[in-house]
Amino acid sequence: MTSLPETTVKKLGLVIDLDTCVGCHACVISCKGWNTENYGAPLSDQDAYGANPSGTFLNRVHSYEVQPLATSTKVQPAAQLVHFPKSCLHCEDAPCVTVCPTGASYKRVEDGIVLVNETDCIGCGLCAWACPYGAREMDAEEGVMKKCTLCVDRIYNENLPEVDREPACVRTCPAGARHFGDFADPASNVSRLTAARGGMDLMPEQGTKPVNKYLPPRPRDQLGAPDQVSDQIDVLAPFLAPVSDTPTGFIAWLDKALERI
Amino acid sequence: MHPAPSVIIFSTLSGLGFGLLFWLGLGLPAVTGGVAFAFYAIAYVLAVGGLLASTFHLGHPERALKAFTQWRSSWLSREAWASVATLLVMALVGAGAVFAGTHWGLLGLLGAALSLCVVLTTSMIYAQMRTVPRWKTPLTPALFLAISVAGGALLAGQTSFALALLPVAGVVQVAWWVRGDKALGQSGTDMNTATGLPGTVRAFEPPHTGTNYLLREFVYVVGRKHALKLRIAALGLGYFLPMLLLLIPFSHLAAALAVLSHLAGVATSRWLFFAEAEHVVGLYYGKRAA
Repeated sequence: MTSLPETTVKKLGLVIDLDTCVGCHACVISCKGWNTENYGAPLSDQDAYGANPSGTFLNRVHSYEVQPLATSTKVQPAAQLVHFPKSCLHCEDAPCVTVCPTGASYKRVEDGIVLVNETDCIGCGLCAWACPYGAREMDAEEGVMKKCTLCVDRIYNENLPEVDREPACVRTCPAGARHFGDFADPASNVSRLTAARGGMDLMPEQGTKPVNKYLPPRPRDQLGAPDQVSDQIDVLAPFLAPVSDTPTGFIAWLDKALERI
Repeated sequence: MHPAPSVIIFSTLSGLGFGLLFWLGLGLPAVTGGVAFAFYAIAYVLAVGGLLASTFHLGHPERALKAFTQWRSSWLSREAWASVATLLVMALVGAGAVFAGTHWGLLGLLGAALSLCVVLTTSMIYAQMRTVPRWKTPLTPALFLAISVAGGALLAGQTSFALALLPVAGVVQVAWWVRGDKALGQSGTDMNTATGLPGTVRAFEPPHTGTNYLLREFVYVVGRKHALKLRIAALGLGYFLPMLLLLIPFSHLAAALAVLSHLAGVATSRWLFFAEAEHVVGLYYGKRAA
């Protein structure tokens, strides 16, 4: 049934730390690897070695240039580059589930994971239309909708060593930018991280109530702060001080000569 | 949004077909025998042809029957039920008109109401999408219903109704465009809410060097620069020209031209409906101006 459950026992999901992500795309590759070799239809590629390659991925990393807003202490704050991994947010009010005409899409009562039953999917694509995050992709080979399963075939898999019982993206992240846990438990790692770092929702105005939270990047440095030089104590500082803004000698002559032209 | 030909053909043809069934259900025109057979045949070819076309874009059309199961939550499932119910009821009404030579009024009324339900459920598939601000408005069902009823009147030969309803549809169409052009900007969804990042956020590097399903399906921008010309063509062909053709002394040629012109105009309008619609996922790719 594609009606959403009132509540779920657990709220399994991810915390993605935008401060820590280095944009290496390892989570993209490990996700593609695990989900191609395990549960469900493989994530196909089209023209993989040709001129116009395209393929199905459940996790993608965007990169954004952010020019922070000016404040009284930072008139010209330094621009930041933020790497932005994006996968299914396993929303509490998942619009992708309710639009499904066949019941293939559902949200699990026991842990809140949003899944697609591929044998019921007619490939109409309506769920991908309903998702504001682009978390669902139609597989061009299988004609069914693919999405993040939160590695449901890993997290409960007793054939795997306990350390591996978390989503492939989390397990592989070399920077520790992705965390997996239960948001219904206020003492869980992900709940505490969200509380401590001001974890946020993407597109809250869409009313999807995403379970996954994003941790905002912290300011990278003090560039643009007016007191940055006076605060720094370094024995080499005098050698690094700007020499002079007014040129002398040959440069001064050239400067004047060029001004006259 | 990608303007899939199958979906444009479906919603244009079946919209007109169910519009004609609406008028036939009301007994306008109150035809019987062979003439009734011709009218019902046209209506069913349009409605069923459109429905069949809509299955072409499915990844697994052989599982289409499963789409009847989720009517409690899904507008697409409700559309499936409404269209089958309408086709069954109107088949009875049609059989009465063709074989018994009578119009079963009450059953016809039910069929007419169901025909409107089909168009309503179709339009709600789009109007429910918060992800496409241009569609998320009561004006979307209003537009679909206005076009369907006006086109149906035109096809049913209800000249006076058509002359009254075509301008109504035209006005709703213009209102829908005017509102739609501001919809994304007023939706409250922008680069900042999409990324949760403050300040000026600019897409620096996309996640992939090639294209993908999301870009093909949701970030369609081809033909935008011709949008105004196409809008004028849609208005002219869909609403003005049919009205002019109805105002000149009646001939079957003029009536046929009016219907064809209307069909071309509505198809253009429906192409724009998809091609101009901005899905918010485009924000993540830096492909949305707002």
